[in-house]
Amino acid sequence: MTDPFKTRDCCPSKSSAGGCETSTISLMDHMPSNEPCCGPDLACASRPDERPGYILWHFVDKFIRTPAGPVPQVQTQLTRRDVRGNLAVRLGINRFEYKVAPGLYCVGTPGAEAPVVVTANYKLTFDAVRRSLHCRDAWILVLETHGINVWCAAGKGTFGTQEIIRRVKATELAQVVNHRRLIVPQLGAVGVAAHLVSKGCGFKVIWGPVRAEDLNEFLAAGNKAGPQMRKVTFTLWERLVLVPVEINNLGRHLLWLTLALFVLSGIGGGIFSITAALERSVMGLAAVAAGILAGAVAAPVLLPWLPGRAFAVKGTVTGAVAGLLVLILFWARAGTLELLALLCFTVALSSFLAMNFTGSTPFTSPTGVEKEMRKAIPVQLLAVGLSAVAWIGAGFAG
Amino acid sequence: MQRFRYLPEVTTLKLNAGACVGCGMCEAVCPHTVFAVHERKARIVDLDGCMECGACAINCPAEAITVTPGVGCAGYIIQSWIKGKENAACGGPGCC
Repeated sequence: MTDPFKTRDCCPSKSSAGGCETSTISLMDHMPSNEPCCGPDLACASRPDERPGYILWHFVDKFIRTPAGPVPQVQTQLTRRDVRGNLAVRLGINRFEYKVAPGLYCVGTPGAEAPVVVTANYKLTFDAVRRSLHCRDAWILVLETHGINVWCAAGKGTFGTQEIIRRVKATELAQVVNHRRLIVPQLGAVGVAAHLVSKGCGFKVIWGPVRAEDLNEFLAAGNKAGPQMRKVTFTLWERLVLVPVEINNLGRHLLWLTLALFVLSGIGGGIFSITAALERSVMGLAAVAAGILAGAVAAPVLLPWLPGRAFAVKGTVTGAVAGLLVLILFWARAGTLELLALLCFTVALSSFLAMNFTGSTPFTSPTGVEKEMRKAIPVQLLAVGLSAVAWIGAGFAG
Repeated sequence: MQRFRYLPEVTTLKLNAGACVGCGMCEAVCPHTVFAVHERKARIVDLDGCMECGACAINCPAEAITVTPGVGCAGYIIQSWIKGKENAACGGPGCC
Protein backbone atom coordinates (compact mmCIF):
# COMPACT_ATOMS: atom_id res chain seq x y z
CA MET A 1 0.00 0.00 0.00
CA THR A 2 1.28 3.44 -0.80
CA ASP A 3 1.84 5.95 1.92
CA PRO A 4 -1.53 7.66 2.23
CA PHE A 5 -0.07 10.75 3.82
CA LYS A 6 2.27 11.44 0.99
CA THR A 7 0.88 14.22 -1.10
CA ARG A 8 1.86 14.64 -4.69
CA ASP A 9 1.91 18.22 -5.73
CA CYS A 10 3.81 19.60 -8.65
CA CYS A 11 3.72 23.06 -7.27
CA PRO A 12 3.92 22.96 -3.49
CA SER A 13 4.52 26.65 -2.96
CA LYS A 14 1.56 27.79 -5.01
CA SER A 15 -0.42 24.60 -5.23
CA SER A 16 -3.91 25.93 -5.70
CA ALA A 17 -3.65 29.68 -5.73
CA GLY A 18 -3.34 29.89 -9.48
CA GLY A 19 0.03 31.53 -9.27
CA CYS A 20 1.12 30.03 -12.55
CA GLU A 21 -1.23 31.88 -14.81
CA THR A 22 1.16 34.54 -16.03
CA SER A 23 2.78 33.89 -19.37
CA THR A 24 6.03 32.04 -19.22
CA ILE A 25 7.06 32.92 -22.75
CA SER A 26 10.30 34.84 -22.78
CA LEU A 27 10.32 37.80 -25.11
CA MET A 28 13.89 38.81 -24.48
CA ASP A 29 16.20 36.62 -26.42
CA HIS A 30 19.14 37.11 -24.11
CA MET A 31 17.31 35.21 -21.42
CA PRO A 32 17.54 31.44 -21.39
CA SER A 33 14.45 30.29 -23.28
CA ASN A 34 13.34 27.78 -20.63
CA GLU A 35 13.30 30.34 -17.80
CA PRO A 36 10.15 32.39 -17.31
CA CYS A 37 10.75 36.12 -17.31
CA CYS A 38 8.52 36.90 -14.41
CA GLY A 39 9.55 34.56 -11.65
CA PRO A 40 11.48 31.38 -11.23
CA ASP A 41 8.40 29.22 -10.85
CA LEU A 42 9.50 26.35 -13.04
CA ALA A 43 7.64 23.97 -10.75
CA CYS A 44 4.45 25.36 -12.23
CA ALA A 45 4.96 23.58 -15.52
CA SER A 46 2.02 21.62 -16.86
CA ARG A 47 1.62 18.19 -15.35
CA PRO A 48 2.28 15.20 -17.60
CA ASP A 49 -1.34 14.09 -17.33
CA GLU A 50 -2.74 17.34 -18.65
CA ARG A 51 -4.22 17.36 -22.15
CA PRO A 52 -5.14 20.25 -24.43
CA GLY A 53 -8.77 21.17 -23.93
CA TYR A 54 -9.11 19.58 -20.48
CA ILE A 55 -8.68 20.88 -16.97
CA LEU A 56 -7.12 18.37 -14.63
CA TRP A 57 -8.87 18.34 -11.25
CA HIS A 58 -6.56 19.33 -8.42
CA PHE A 59 -7.55 16.22 -6.46
CA VAL A 60 -6.20 13.82 -9.09
CA ASP A 61 -2.75 12.55 -8.12
CA LYS A 62 -2.05 10.49 -11.22
CA PHE A 63 -3.62 7.95 -13.52
CA ILE A 64 -3.19 4.26 -12.94
CA ARG A 65 -3.23 1.68 -15.69
CA THR A 66 -6.04 -0.85 -15.80
CA PRO A 67 -7.15 -3.32 -18.49
CA ALA A 68 -9.94 -0.82 -19.23
CA GLY A 69 -7.59 2.14 -19.65
CA PRO A 70 -6.20 4.80 -17.33
CA VAL A 71 -8.17 5.56 -14.14
CA PRO A 72 -7.60 8.73 -12.09
CA GLN A 73 -6.26 8.16 -8.60
CA VAL A 74 -7.81 10.79 -6.34
CA GLN A 75 -6.66 12.21 -3.02
CA THR A 76 -8.47 11.27 0.16
CA GLN A 77 -7.74 14.48 1.95
CA LEU A 78 -9.63 17.63 1.07
CA THR A 79 -7.58 20.65 0.18
CA ARG A 80 -8.40 24.25 0.96
CA ARG A 81 -9.85 24.55 -2.53
CA ASP A 82 -12.30 21.68 -1.87
CA VAL A 83 -13.31 23.14 1.47
CA ARG A 84 -13.88 26.56 -0.09
CA GLY A 85 -15.99 25.07 -2.88
CA ASN A 86 -18.02 23.00 -0.44
CA LEU A 87 -18.63 26.02 1.78
CA ALA A 88 -19.76 28.11 -1.19
CA VAL A 89 -22.16 25.43 -2.37
CA ARG A 90 -23.63 25.22 1.14
CA LEU A 91 -24.41 28.92 0.79
CA GLY A 92 -26.13 28.23 -2.51
CA ILE A 93 -23.31 29.45 -4.77
CA ASN A 94 -22.65 27.38 -7.92
CA ARG A 95 -24.99 24.75 -6.49
CA PHE A 96 -26.13 23.29 -9.78
CA GLU A 97 -22.74 23.21 -11.46
CA TYR A 98 -20.85 21.50 -8.68
CA LYS A 99 -20.07 18.17 -10.22
CA VAL A 100 -17.38 15.79 -11.41
CA ALA A 101 -17.45 13.75 -14.60
CA PRO A 102 -19.14 10.36 -14.22
CA GLY A 103 -16.98 7.28 -14.63
CA LEU A 104 -14.40 5.25 -12.74
CA TYR A 105 -11.99 6.75 -10.17
CA CYS A 106 -9.83 5.15 -7.52
CA VAL A 107 -8.18 5.81 -4.18
CA GLY A 108 -4.91 4.19 -3.18
CA THR A 109 -3.70 1.45 -5.49
CA PRO A 110 -6.63 -0.91 -5.87
CA GLY A 111 -6.25 -4.29 -7.49
CA ALA A 112 -8.74 -6.60 -9.11
CA GLU A 113 -10.18 -7.65 -5.74
CA ALA A 114 -10.62 -4.13 -4.35
CA PRO A 115 -14.16 -3.00 -3.50
CA VAL A 116 -16.21 -0.82 -5.87
CA VAL A 117 -18.07 2.02 -4.20
CA VAL A 118 -20.86 3.64 -6.21
CA THR A 119 -21.74 7.30 -5.75
CA ALA A 120 -23.28 10.42 -7.31
CA ASN A 121 -21.42 13.05 -9.31
CA TYR A 122 -22.33 15.94 -6.98
CA LYS A 123 -18.88 17.07 -5.88
CA LEU A 124 -20.00 17.52 -2.27
CA THR A 125 -20.98 13.82 -2.28
CA PHE A 126 -17.91 12.69 -4.20
CA ASP A 127 -15.66 14.56 -1.74
CA ALA A 128 -17.36 12.90 1.23
CA VAL A 129 -16.80 9.48 -0.34
CA ARG A 130 -13.13 9.90 -1.23
CA ARG A 131 -12.44 11.40 2.16
CA SER A 132 -14.05 8.46 3.94
CA LEU A 133 -11.86 6.05 1.95
CA HIS A 134 -8.67 7.44 3.46
CA CYS A 135 -5.97 4.75 3.67
CA ARG A 136 -8.03 2.38 1.54
CA ASP A 137 -7.53 0.89 -1.89
CA ALA A 138 -10.87 1.10 -3.66
CA TRP A 139 -12.61 1.90 -6.91
CA ILE A 140 -15.21 4.65 -7.02
CA LEU A 141 -17.86 4.36 -9.71
CA VAL A 142 -19.43 7.79 -10.18
CA LEU A 143 -22.86 7.88 -11.80
CA GLU A 144 -24.26 10.74 -13.85
CA THR A 145 -26.73 12.35 -11.47
CA HIS A 146 -26.44 15.84 -12.96
CA GLY A 147 -24.74 17.23 -9.89
CA ILE A 148 -27.45 16.05 -7.50
CA ASN A 149 -26.86 14.07 -4.28
CA VAL A 150 -27.61 10.34 -4.04
CA TRP A 151 -30.98 10.46 -2.31
CA CYS A 152 -32.57 13.24 -4.39
CA ALA A 153 -31.13 11.78 -7.60
CA ALA A 154 -32.45 8.34 -6.67
CA GLY A 155 -35.88 9.90 -6.10
CA LYS A 156 -35.74 11.27 -9.63
CA GLY A 157 -34.39 8.00 -11.00
CA THR A 158 -31.09 9.43 -12.28
CA PHE A 159 -29.22 7.52 -9.58
CA GLY A 160 -30.94 4.42 -10.81
CA THR A 161 -30.83 0.85 -12.05
CA GLN A 162 -30.35 1.80 -15.70
CA GLU A 163 -27.59 4.31 -14.98
CA ILE A 164 -25.64 1.75 -12.92
CA ILE A 165 -25.90 -0.84 -15.69
CA ARG A 166 -24.92 1.73 -18.32
CA ARG A 167 -21.95 3.01 -16.28
CA VAL A 168 -20.69 -0.48 -15.39
CA LYS A 169 -20.64 -1.30 -19.10
CA ALA A 170 -19.19 2.04 -20.25
CA THR A 171 -16.28 1.85 -17.79
CA GLU A 172 -15.69 -1.85 -18.59
CA LEU A 173 -15.68 -2.48 -14.87
CA ALA A 174 -15.83 -6.24 -15.41
CA GLN A 175 -12.33 -6.02 -16.90
CA VAL A 176 -10.98 -3.98 -14.00
CA VAL A 177 -12.18 -6.16 -11.12
CA ASN A 178 -12.46 -9.92 -10.73
CA HIS A 179 -15.36 -9.88 -8.29
CA ARG A 180 -18.92 -8.86 -9.16
CA ARG A 181 -19.99 -6.70 -6.25
CA LEU A 182 -21.03 -3.04 -6.06
CA ILE A 183 -21.33 -1.18 -2.79
CA VAL A 184 -24.28 1.16 -3.33
CA PRO A 185 -25.30 3.73 -0.70
CA GLN A 186 -28.49 2.59 0.99
CA LEU A 187 -30.36 5.79 0.16
CA GLY A 188 -29.76 5.00 -3.51
CA ALA A 189 -32.25 2.16 -3.09
CA VAL A 190 -35.04 4.60 -3.93
CA GLY A 191 -33.86 4.45 -7.54
CA VAL A 192 -31.89 1.20 -7.67
CA ALA A 193 -33.53 -2.21 -7.82
CA ALA A 194 -30.79 -4.59 -6.67
CA HIS A 195 -32.24 -7.65 -8.40
CA LEU A 196 -32.51 -5.80 -11.73
CA VAL A 197 -28.91 -4.51 -11.54
CA SER A 198 -27.74 -8.07 -11.10
CA LYS A 199 -29.83 -9.18 -14.07
CA GLY A 200 -28.67 -6.25 -16.20
CA CYS A 201 -24.89 -6.31 -15.69
CA GLY A 202 -24.02 -9.28 -13.53
CA PHE A 203 -22.94 -7.22 -10.54
CA LYS A 204 -24.54 -7.87 -7.16
CA VAL A 205 -25.62 -4.82 -5.15
CA ILE A 206 -24.44 -4.70 -1.56
CA TRP A 207 -26.24 -1.96 0.35
CA GLY A 208 -23.71 0.30 1.96
CA PRO A 209 -24.21 2.70 4.85
CA VAL A 210 -26.49 5.74 4.64
CA ARG A 211 -23.62 8.14 5.37
CA ALA A 212 -20.34 8.17 3.45
CA GLU A 213 -18.45 8.77 6.69
CA ASP A 214 -19.34 5.22 7.80
CA LEU A 215 -17.80 3.62 4.69
CA ASN A 216 -14.47 2.89 6.31
CA GLU A 217 -16.09 1.10 9.23
CA PHE A 218 -18.43 -0.70 6.85
CA LEU A 219 -15.53 -2.03 4.78
CA ALA A 220 -13.55 -2.93 7.89
CA ALA A 221 -16.50 -4.97 9.15
CA GLY A 222 -16.52 -7.02 5.93
CA ASN A 223 -19.26 -5.08 4.14
CA LYS A 224 -21.60 -5.16 7.11
CA ALA A 225 -23.65 -2.14 8.14
CA GLY A 226 -24.76 -1.98 11.74
CA PRO A 227 -28.26 -0.70 12.59
CA GLN A 228 -26.95 2.81 13.20
CA MET A 229 -25.43 2.95 9.71
CA ARG A 230 -28.80 2.05 8.19
CA LYS A 231 -30.93 4.80 9.69
CA VAL A 232 -31.13 8.40 8.56
CA THR A 233 -30.57 11.05 11.18
CA PHE A 234 -31.47 14.72 11.32
CA THR A 235 -29.22 16.21 13.93
CA LEU A 236 -29.05 19.86 14.92
CA TRP A 237 -25.97 20.28 12.73
CA GLU A 238 -27.60 18.51 9.78
CA ARG A 239 -30.55 20.92 10.07
CA LEU A 240 -28.37 23.97 10.58
CA VAL A 241 -26.33 23.51 7.38
CA LEU A 242 -29.58 23.58 5.36
CA VAL A 243 -30.57 27.03 6.60
CA PRO A 244 -28.36 29.13 4.23
CA VAL A 245 -29.81 27.39 1.18
CA GLU A 246 -33.36 27.85 2.52
CA ILE A 247 -32.71 31.60 2.78
CA ASN A 248 -30.87 31.73 -0.53
CA ASN A 249 -33.89 30.18 -2.26
CA LEU A 250 -35.99 33.15 -1.14
CA GLY A 251 -33.88 35.71 -3.04
CA ARG A 252 -36.05 36.45 -6.05
CA HIS A 253 -39.31 36.29 -4.11
CA LEU A 254 -38.00 38.80 -1.58
CA LEU A 255 -37.48 41.38 -4.30
CA TRP A 256 -41.11 41.14 -5.40
CA LEU A 257 -42.29 41.15 -1.81
CA THR A 258 -40.38 44.36 -1.10
CA LEU A 259 -41.81 46.00 -4.20
CA ALA A 260 -45.37 44.98 -3.28
CA LEU A 261 -44.80 46.21 0.25
CA PHE A 262 -43.59 49.57 -1.01
CA VAL A 263 -46.64 50.01 -3.23
CA LEU A 264 -49.11 48.93 -0.54
CA SER A 265 -47.44 51.15 2.04
CA GLY A 266 -47.74 54.28 -0.10
CA ILE A 267 -51.46 53.94 -0.86
CA GLY A 268 -53.55 56.21 1.29
CA GLY A 269 -55.75 59.29 1.42
CA GLY A 270 -53.40 61.24 -0.86
CA ILE A 271 -53.43 58.52 -3.57
CA PHE A 272 -49.73 57.69 -3.17
CA SER A 273 -47.24 59.07 -0.72
CA ILE A 274 -43.56 58.28 -1.19
CA THR A 275 -42.84 59.34 2.38
CA ALA A 276 -45.47 57.00 3.79
CA ALA A 277 -44.27 54.25 1.43
CA LEU A 278 -40.73 54.50 2.73
CA GLU A 279 -41.64 54.88 6.40
CA ARG A 280 -44.17 52.09 6.51
CA SER A 281 -42.10 49.78 4.27
CA VAL A 282 -39.46 49.68 6.96
CA MET A 283 -41.99 48.27 9.43
CA GLY A 284 -43.19 45.82 6.82
CA LEU A 285 -39.66 44.68 6.06
CA ALA A 286 -39.07 44.11 9.75
CA ALA A 287 -42.08 41.78 9.73
CA VAL A 288 -40.66 40.01 6.65
CA ALA A 289 -37.30 39.56 8.35
CA ALA A 290 -39.00 38.30 11.51
CA GLY A 291 -41.07 35.85 9.46
CA ILE A 292 -37.97 34.52 7.69
CA LEU A 293 -36.02 34.13 10.91
CA ALA A 294 -38.96 32.37 12.53
CA GLY A 295 -39.88 30.11 9.62
CA ALA A 296 -36.62 29.38 7.83
CA VAL A 297 -34.19 29.51 10.75
CA ALA A 298 -35.91 29.00 14.11
CA ALA A 299 -38.38 26.34 12.94
CA PRO A 300 -35.75 24.08 11.29
CA VAL A 301 -33.34 24.45 14.18
CA LEU A 302 -35.96 23.90 16.90
CA LEU A 303 -37.84 21.27 14.88
CA PRO A 304 -37.94 18.40 17.39
CA TRP A 305 -38.93 20.64 20.28
CA LEU A 306 -41.73 22.60 18.61
CA PRO A 307 -45.30 21.44 19.26
CA GLY A 308 -47.39 19.83 16.51
CA ARG A 309 -46.60 17.32 13.79
CA ALA A 310 -47.46 19.60 10.87
CA PHE A 311 -44.65 21.95 9.91
CA ALA A 312 -47.14 24.77 9.28
CA VAL A 313 -48.13 24.51 12.95
CA LYS A 314 -44.50 24.56 14.10
CA GLY A 315 -43.95 27.65 11.94
CA THR A 316 -47.03 29.29 13.41
CA VAL A 317 -45.59 28.87 16.89
CA THR A 318 -42.21 30.41 16.04
CA GLY A 319 -44.00 33.02 13.90
CA ALA A 320 -46.25 34.05 16.80
CA VAL A 321 -43.22 34.65 19.01
CA ALA A 322 -41.49 36.63 16.27
CA GLY A 323 -44.71 38.54 15.55
CA LEU A 324 -45.04 39.57 19.20
CA LEU A 325 -41.49 40.88 19.13
CA VAL A 326 -42.37 42.94 16.03
CA LEU A 327 -45.42 44.31 17.90
CA ILE A 328 -43.26 45.33 20.86
CA LEU A 329 -40.80 47.00 18.50
CA PHE A 330 -43.43 49.14 16.77
CA TRP A 331 -45.97 49.43 19.61
CA ALA A 332 -45.52 53.18 20.01
CA ARG A 333 -45.13 53.96 16.32
CA ALA A 334 -47.84 51.97 14.59
CA GLY A 335 -51.62 52.09 14.77
CA THR A 336 -53.84 49.16 15.77
CA LEU A 337 -54.57 48.16 12.17
CA GLU A 338 -50.90 48.22 11.28
CA LEU A 339 -49.98 46.13 14.32
CA LEU A 340 -52.63 43.59 13.33
CA ALA A 341 -51.26 43.51 9.77
CA LEU A 342 -47.66 43.04 10.96
CA LEU A 343 -48.60 40.20 13.31
CA CYS A 344 -50.71 38.36 10.73
CA PHE A 345 -48.05 38.66 8.07
CA THR A 346 -45.18 37.51 10.28
CA VAL A 347 -47.11 34.43 11.39
CA ALA A 348 -48.31 33.55 7.87
CA LEU A 349 -44.86 33.90 6.35
CA SER A 350 -43.23 31.87 9.10
CA SER A 351 -45.86 29.15 8.81
CA PHE A 352 -45.42 28.97 5.03
CA LEU A 353 -41.62 28.85 5.17
CA ALA A 354 -41.63 26.18 7.86
CA MET A 355 -44.01 24.15 5.67
CA ASN A 356 -41.55 24.55 2.79
CA PHE A 357 -38.84 23.05 4.95
CA THR A 358 -40.60 19.66 4.61
CA GLY A 359 -38.69 19.22 1.35
CA SER A 360 -35.36 19.39 3.16
CA THR A 361 -36.13 16.81 5.82
CA PRO A 362 -35.54 13.07 5.56
CA PHE A 363 -38.81 11.93 7.16
CA THR A 364 -41.84 13.70 5.66
CA SER A 365 -44.09 11.64 3.39
CA PRO A 366 -45.55 13.28 0.26
CA THR A 367 -49.07 12.18 1.19
CA GLY A 368 -48.61 13.83 4.58
CA VAL A 369 -47.18 17.04 3.15
CA GLU A 370 -50.05 17.34 0.68
CA LYS A 371 -52.58 16.75 3.45
CA GLU A 372 -50.94 19.43 5.58
CA MET A 373 -50.80 21.88 2.68
CA ARG A 374 -54.46 21.51 1.79
CA LYS A 375 -55.35 22.63 5.29
CA ALA A 376 -52.61 25.17 5.89
CA ILE A 377 -52.44 27.13 2.63
CA PRO A 378 -56.01 28.52 2.80
CA VAL A 379 -55.37 29.72 6.36
CA GLN A 380 -52.03 31.24 5.40
CA LEU A 381 -53.62 33.02 2.41
CA LEU A 382 -56.43 34.31 4.61
CA ALA A 383 -53.89 35.74 7.06
CA VAL A 384 -51.95 37.43 4.26
CA GLY A 385 -55.18 38.83 2.78
CA LEU A 386 -56.26 40.14 6.17
CA SER A 387 -52.85 41.65 6.66
CA ALA A 388 -52.95 43.44 3.27
CA VAL A 389 -56.44 44.81 3.89
CA ALA A 390 -55.47 46.06 7.36
CA TRP A 391 -52.28 47.59 5.99
CA ILE A 392 -54.07 49.49 3.21
CA GLY A 393 -56.89 50.40 5.61
CA ALA A 394 -54.34 51.88 8.00
CA GLY A 395 -52.98 53.97 5.10
CA PHE A 396 -56.37 55.61 4.66
CA ALA A 397 -57.09 55.84 8.39
CA GLY A 398 -53.70 57.31 9.20
CA MET B 1 -35.56 9.20 14.15
CA GLN B 2 -38.06 8.44 16.88
CA ARG B 3 -37.76 12.12 17.79
CA PHE B 4 -38.98 13.09 14.35
CA ARG B 5 -42.49 11.92 13.66
CA TYR B 6 -44.64 13.27 10.89
CA LEU B 7 -48.41 13.07 10.35
CA PRO B 8 -49.77 9.66 11.40
CA GLU B 9 -52.07 7.41 9.36
CA VAL B 10 -51.34 8.94 5.97
CA THR B 11 -48.86 6.62 4.29
CA THR B 12 -49.87 4.68 1.18
CA LEU B 13 -47.54 1.79 2.08
CA LYS B 14 -49.05 -1.69 1.80
CA LEU B 15 -47.49 -5.10 2.29
CA ASN B 16 -49.01 -8.25 0.86
CA ALA B 17 -47.71 -10.75 3.40
CA GLY B 18 -48.91 -13.66 1.32
CA ALA B 19 -46.63 -12.76 -1.59
CA CYS B 20 -43.57 -12.07 0.61
CA VAL B 21 -40.64 -14.43 0.02
CA GLY B 22 -38.75 -13.28 3.12
CA CYS B 23 -35.63 -12.06 1.33
CA GLY B 24 -35.23 -9.17 3.78
CA MET B 25 -34.49 -6.58 1.11
CA CYS B 26 -37.19 -4.19 2.42
CA GLU B 27 -35.67 -4.33 5.89
CA ALA B 28 -32.22 -3.59 4.43
CA VAL B 29 -33.17 -0.59 2.31
CA CYS B 30 -35.71 1.20 4.55
CA PRO B 31 -34.09 4.27 6.16
CA HIS B 32 -36.70 4.32 8.93
CA THR B 33 -36.79 0.66 10.01
CA VAL B 34 -40.42 0.30 9.04
CA PHE B 35 -39.98 -3.43 8.30
CA ALA B 36 -38.74 -6.39 10.30
CA VAL B 37 -38.38 -9.93 8.99
CA HIS B 38 -39.50 -12.75 11.25
CA GLU B 39 -39.43 -16.40 10.27
CA ARG B 40 -38.89 -15.51 6.61
CA LYS B 41 -41.84 -13.12 6.47
CA ALA B 42 -41.61 -9.35 6.44
CA ARG B 43 -43.87 -7.40 8.78
CA ILE B 44 -44.54 -3.69 9.03
CA VAL B 45 -43.48 -2.70 12.53
CA ASP B 46 -43.65 1.10 12.24
CA LEU B 47 -46.17 2.14 9.61
CA ASP B 48 -46.20 5.83 10.59
CA GLY B 49 -42.43 5.97 10.28
CA CYS B 50 -42.84 5.51 6.50
CA MET B 51 -41.91 8.54 4.38
CA GLU B 52 -43.00 6.90 1.11
CA CYS B 53 -39.57 7.01 -0.49
CA GLY B 54 -40.38 3.83 -2.40
CA ALA B 55 -37.06 2.01 -1.88
CA CYS B 56 -38.77 -1.09 -0.45
CA ALA B 57 -41.28 -1.39 -3.29
CA ILE B 58 -38.78 -1.22 -6.15
CA ASN B 59 -36.44 -3.63 -4.37
CA CYS B 60 -39.08 -6.24 -3.57
CA PRO B 61 -38.44 -9.09 -6.01
CA ALA B 62 -41.86 -10.57 -5.22
CA GLU B 63 -43.67 -7.26 -5.81
CA ALA B 64 -45.35 -7.70 -2.45
CA ILE B 65 -45.02 -4.04 -1.47
CA THR B 66 -46.91 -1.10 -2.93
CA VAL B 67 -46.51 2.56 -2.08
CA THR B 68 -47.12 5.78 -3.97
CA PRO B 69 -43.62 7.19 -3.90
CA GLY B 70 -42.86 10.87 -4.19
CA VAL B 71 -41.10 13.88 -2.87
CA GLY B 72 -42.35 15.07 0.52
CA CYS B 73 -41.68 18.69 -0.35
CA ALA B 74 -44.18 21.55 -0.24
CA GLY B 75 -42.40 23.50 -2.98
CA TYR B 76 -42.59 20.50 -5.28
CA ILE B 77 -46.25 19.85 -4.53
CA ILE B 78 -47.20 23.50 -5.21
CA GLN B 79 -45.48 23.24 -8.58
CA SER B 80 -47.20 19.96 -9.36
CA TRP B 81 -50.55 21.67 -8.63
CA ILE B 82 -49.71 24.53 -10.99
CA LYS B 83 -47.65 22.93 -13.74
CA GLY B 84 -48.64 19.28 -13.43
CA LYS B 85 -46.62 16.38 -12.03
CA GLU B 86 -44.33 16.05 -15.08
CA ASN B 87 -43.01 19.61 -15.01
CA ALA B 88 -42.70 20.09 -11.27
CA ALA B 89 -39.34 20.75 -9.64
CA CYS B 90 -38.84 21.80 -6.06
CA GLY B 91 -36.35 24.62 -6.26
CA GLY B 92 -33.87 26.02 -8.72
CA PRO B 93 -33.22 24.49 -12.11
CA GLY B 94 -32.66 20.77 -11.80
CA CYS B 95 -33.15 20.78 -8.04
CA CYS B 96 -33.73 17.41 -6.38
